[in-house]
Amino acid sequence: MAVDGGYDWDGRWNHVRKFLERPGPFAHPDFEPCTESLQFLLEMCKILVIGAGGLGCELLKNLALSGFRLIHVVDMDTIDISNLNRQFLFRPKDVGRPKAEVAADFINNRIPGCKVVPHYKKIQDFDESFYRQFHIIVCGLDSIIARRWMNGMLISLLSYEDGVLDPSSIIPLIDGGTEGFKGNSRVILPGMTACIDCTLELYPPQINFPMCTIASMPRLPEHCIEYARILLWPKEKPFGETSLDGDNPEHIQWVFKKSIERAAEFHITGVTYRLTQGVVKRIIPAVASTNAVIAAACSLEVFKIASSAYIPLNNYLVFNDVDGLYTYTFEAERKENCSACSQVPQNLQFPPSAKLQEVLEYLMENASLQMKSPAITTTLEGKNKTLYLQVFNFTEHTHFFYLGLSDGQELAVADVTTPQTVLFKLNFTT
Amino acid sequence: KFQPGYLCLKLWGDHGQDTLENAHVCLINATATGTEILKNLVLPGIGAFTIVDGHTVTGEDNRAQAATELLQELNSHVSGNFVEESPEKLLDNNPDFFHRFTIVIAVQLPESTSLRLGSVLWSASIPFLVCKTYGLIGYMRLVVQEHTVIESHPDSALEDLRLDKPFAEFKNHLQSFDLESMNKKDHSHTPWIIIIAKYLEKWLSEHNYKPPQNYKEKEAFRQLIRDGIRKNENGVPEDEENFEEAIKNVNTALNQTKIPSAVEELFNSEQCNNINSESSSFWVMLRAVKDFVHSEGNRDLPVRGTIPDMIADSQKFINLQNVYRTKAMQDAAAVSTHVQRLLQSLGKVCKNASFLRVVRCRSLAEEYGVDSVNKDEITSCMDNPDSEMVFYLILRGVERFYQQHSRYPGVYNYQVEDDISKLKLCVNSVMQEYNLNVNIKDDYVHEFCRFGASEPHTVAAFIGGSAAQEAIKIISHQFVPFNNTFIYNAMLQTSATLQL
Repeated sequence: MAVDGGYDWDGRWNHVRKFLERPGPFAHPDFEPCTESLQFLLEMCKILVIGAGGLGCELLKNLALSGFRLIHVVDMDTIDISNLNRQFLFRPKDVGRPKAEVAADFINNRIPGCKVVPHYKKIQDFDESFYRQFHIIVCGLDSIIARRWMNGMLISLLSYEDGVLDPSSIIPLIDGGTEGFKGNSRVILPGMTACIDCTLELYPPQINFPMCTIASMPRLPEHCIEYARILLWPKEKPFGETSLDGDNPEHIQWVFKKSIERAAEFHITGVTYRLTQGVVKRIIPAVASTNAVIAAACSLEVFKIASSAYIPLNNYLVFNDVDGLYTYTFEAERKENCSACSQVPQNLQFPPSAKLQEVLEYLMENASLQMKSPAITTTLEGKNKTLYLQVFNFTEHTHFFYLGLSDGQELAVADVTTPQTVLFKLNFTT
Repeated sequence: KFQPGYLCLKLWGDHGQDTLENAHVCLINATATGTEILKNLVLPGIGAFTIVDGHTVTGEDNRAQAATELLQELNSHVSGNFVEESPEKLLDNNPDFFHRFTIVIAVQLPESTSLRLGSVLWSASIPFLVCKTYGLIGYMRLVVQEHTVIESHPDSALEDLRLDKPFAEFKNHLQSFDLESMNKKDHSHTPWIIIIAKYLEKWLSEHNYKPPQNYKEKEAFRQLIRDGIRKNENGVPEDEENFEEAIKNVNTALNQTKIPSAVEELFNSEQCNNINSESSSFWVMLRAVKDFVHSEGNRDLPVRGTIPDMIADSQKFINLQNVYRTKAMQDAAAVSTHVQRLLQSLGKVCKNASFLRVVRCRSLAEEYGVDSVNKDEITSCMDNPDSEMVFYLILRGVERFYQQHSRYPGVYNYQVEDDISKLKLCVNSVMQEYNLNVNIKDDYVHEFCRFGASEPHTVAAFIGGSAAQEAIKIISHQFVPFNNTFIYNAMLQTSATLQL
């Protein structure tokens, strides 16, 4: 609660100091109780929060109330009315404003001394020099691509001397995710513990409805809505060249009307305005309580790492409160040949008669890679050559032979899921 | 007018949202934990809350008032009230005060007050949720005599397809399909439910009317279906995804239709068999379902009426879906002849007949009573001295410490060292009272003194989210709440649910 007068009234940080100034049997082996720890937290420790949505709002509040003051927050979105049932730093009057800015203002006004710096930007808008300044980074994202990019960025900051990792180049990454009544929180020490890509199979690819169902064989109200969104909107251009905006009630009304017509054709019931909006905006049901729990766990890990007051979570917590309350804590293992953190060129096994198309499919469909739109380059006759870019897709159907690729060829693959290129080695099978 | 709570409808439906909007929650003590819990109830849209708190904020407003104002901002549709009074005073002067609430949530209450309040609420059949954040330990205790869950929404629910006991309308519908004579397009767009049903008919006629029983037979049945895939001129099987779906679903499709044991237990319970004017609507409806089971239902529950999405052309899918839906509505109507009211709620009960649950918690008096304490649970958990149970036991010792010394252990730095042995004595005296012979590691007692009765915000927020969701479950009668003690160990990020 806000109090008039300067910051740090008597006893303000008592609850935090107990953990910083007292020894205990469960503290980290490096922990030394002292009064300077509080100063470090208040004046020097720099935390980056990625995302100012459901998790982000909770993270900012928890960190600020735990003594962290130098906090930066990055979020590329503006506030939507559908956010207000859990993103409690926002009010109806804030709709349309950038989340990062409104969140920062709220915290700075409500918690004296706190200096949250907002960035209304994408994480990809920043480079190593930005990320390097932080002691700990905590993510509250709703996109696996963004997570993997962040993961890759921190891995790229690692420095090795004679093959040995320099610990001072490690920036711990705390990652939280929620969906309905389920959530997870994990601690990643890049280069040392399992990274996002090491456990990519834990994030199954999202399923979209097949086009043939939408185009000719709808069965569910959702199929009818997707028909209007994907096929009718680009064809009929009801509002000129404007693309469909899920926040524009007129747009939703149009999609809703067309969906009803489609549904009537096939005797499908269940199309409602609310469902239409949910499908168009891909709204995943979210509730304040799950975000509160996961953000709480994540913020506590930030505190543990910053203070050494306890040994951090090792390293993955799963939470589910559908039936009672269930948690499962385990140590996710590093993958020896992880495409992100193992520094080992990935193996590609294909017969010499294969086409580039098959490599592309593998890169996108393999559960451990899940690339979105890979671009492939290689070195041929000493020169860097682009083999495939989505824009110029004629090489897809070309055989390796005609591209001049040989056994052992190294391919460099770039993709939105990583800030660095991933190295692959092409091995011909007999 | 926009209500932020409407955005939760996908999770618990209009019905669930209505119960929230009609609820009046009482929070005792607007501490960090208390305000976090309320925040997570105000955001999804509970109708009203009342904070009971006799404490004042350092030099400023009463804590209850300050909290009420801040929480009110989060959702203008929620009505917030506060009472600047300690719960002890209210229990002394006006215990009936608590009767108006849908649920009472108490945070950081001393043991004696919890027990007193627990007794009042138990007699009034008002759910009581006791929460505590103590250093890096979180604690929740649910106290409710009998809580009925109409929609438990289990994560992995089996479909209710009745393929082992096809009802007349389904058999009729099945007759309209002749897989052999269908054209190519129809054949590859026939729903897998029809495919399995057809091949099952074939199997039964060839196997003395016994369905596939073991792995070997199920494999043979799958092969029978696989053989049904059309082949092209060269004898190569066509790409018939609906047949692949059928093969994949053989195992679950052949599941026996039966009444879940949890529901059988409910049918056999006292409340179901002795329906009277005091019976709640849950028991009246349950009885109606039971009576249906013994008559029109032919010993089975009403048909659920939903089918999963599957590869099929629109018409075949919709028609099949309608066969199940119509049957479900017929069954619901039959149940309603066994009951005279609440047709709307009745729809919910029929669709969820197999998901009905009742949760009964022991009272605090039973937990604390020397003769009724759950010794077995305590000693079996403590076979592992690092079990979360140890934190419960030390919390009991901490309350004993408070009773003896009128303060909590280790609040000031200079107290920590000496309080360790004092706390240990208190813990041991509690164990002795209950005749419990368990090993409580000194390290844990030490850590509790280090905690100094602090309420770190991160732990408060964890309990805040957890408690709010359990309260929502109680209010909405959807999803199964925990029973009855939840311990969160933030040091290791683990938790446990204990029945005490």
